[in-house]
Amino acid sequence: MNTGMSIRAKDGFAFYAAAAYAFLYLPLLILAVFSVNASRFTVWQGFSARWYRAMLADHDLLESTANSLIIATASTLLATAIGTLAAYALWKRSSVWLSGSLYLSLVTPEIVTGVSLLAFYQWAFRYLHLQLGMHTVVLAHLSFSVAYVVLVVLARLRTFDPTLEEAALDLGATELGAFRRVTLPYLAPAIAAAAMLAFTVSIDDYVITSLVAGVDSRTLPMVIYAMARRGVNPVLNAVSTVVVVALGALVLISERLRAS
Amino acid sequence: MRALRSWFIAPSAVLMAVTLAVPLAIVCVYSVLTRGAYGGVEWPWTLENYSRLLDPLYGAIFGQSFGIAAVATGLCLVLGFPLALFIARSGSRKNLYLSLVILPFWTSFLIRTYAWMFLLRDTGLINTLLQALGLIRAPLPMLYNNGAVILGLVYGYLPFAVLPLYATIERLDASLLEAAADLGARPMATLARVTIPLSAPGIRAAAILVFVPCLGTYLTSDLLGGSKTILIGNLVQNQFTASRDWPFGAAISILLIAVAMALLLAVRRQGSELV
Repeated sequence: MNTGMSIRAKDGFAFYAAAAYAFLYLPLLILAVFSVNASRFTVWQGFSARWYRAMLADHDLLESTANSLIIATASTLLATAIGTLAAYALWKRSSVWLSGSLYLSLVTPEIVTGVSLLAFYQWAFRYLHLQLGMHTVVLAHLSFSVAYVVLVVLARLRTFDPTLEEAALDLGATELGAFRRVTLPYLAPAIAAAAMLAFTVSIDDYVITSLVAGVDSRTLPMVIYAMARRGVNPVLNAVSTVVVVALGALVLISERLRAS
Repeated sequence: MRALRSWFIAPSAVLMAVTLAVPLAIVCVYSVLTRGAYGGVEWPWTLENYSRLLDPLYGAIFGQSFGIAAVATGLCLVLGFPLALFIARSGSRKNLYLSLVILPFWTSFLIRTYAWMFLLRDTGLINTLLQALGLIRAPLPMLYNNGAVILGLVYGYLPFAVLPLYATIERLDASLLEAAADLGARPMATLARVTIPLSAPGIRAAAILVFVPCLGTYLTSDLLGGSKTILIGNLVQNQFTASRDWPFGAAISILLIAVAMALLLAVRRQGSELV
């Protein structure tokens, strides 16, 4: 965009932007640097992998990571399937009710979502012989991740030419056949991108999860949170670095897929 | 065509009914019931939970929450606007720069909050550096106060502000800005009298998108705030856990969601498609 800006003003903006990006990234970079520091204090004492070894030997961390992966996988698979179908249905014909509730699920403050689900579970358990556990966490994660899937898949559908589907129908395909063989392949990159985002929001959630998790379903963010509340801990720096790198890679791949 | 669509819409409709509509309805009902002896809810119905919201003790918590959310929102706008402007003007690198803003937004809010604990605490990096440089003797108390909470919120929600700001600035009619320059307006005058007023829809959208989650924040205030920083989110959490006063917690939740909805609808009514 040509704005008639002077060179000096442009330099000023570039300088500001560099500072802003530093603000966004430096804190995470510093955590990564200190995760390989030999000392447990904030003084550099040389490179060491001891905190990573400690992390891998920590039973709580490993167990909660396994829980998180199971929960995120289950909720991602379900959210991606449900969300893709919903996006397709909304693309065919809009529904104020469904898009309204998906929107509401995105903007409701997390703490309200968490306590309302907790109240709902406690109420439902009066009639069902169930307890808080993995399943309640998966259902809670589904409730907030489906909207992300719908948004991403719907954005891709808006670039889809509906006459392609009509052509398939004219050539004798059934509705479901046309969806499966024509529309779905076109949506594939967006569906993969949506799945990665659903996985990210699931594996990262603390506020809602902590309210609806049972004793056997402590997730990684819950353990990280408990460690952080006890204070700074070099093992936590190592865990943070692993999580940030893993999620960052996932989000980058997801972005690529959506741009394609 | 009809049949397939209803099959496709059914799972999400059921999911939203079960995990959104029913839970919110339960919270609505609980908010007018009486606290049970062992933490549950009991009849008779009452409006007392709502009248308790007017208690000055809670008024102070609401005031503090609004204040902190407002300051964090203001900072996000002030810091985010020049960044959005920079991205919108960076030609072919636009997408790269935008991705760099979005990336941290998707990357663990919890860990990004913890990173500030690491930097701000008494034996953290900033205090250690300042002491090593001889600039301070005793560590500065930077963690566990409202300032740390505001910093954490700005850090967490800056991407939320940049996205709608960028979307608006990017679509501005370049010829208007050129016209201002041709007519002799200096860059700063063009910014103040053309760019910013024309970006009003994006600014409103950004303000609401940041303010709403900040108002309901729980995690940031719990980790970075001191014992005096009790915000609405922490109050709600407390009623449902330690205090075991579900009806009151439900009433606060309803208030929180009502404020959020009112703000979002107000911005939507202004014709902004960004919210």
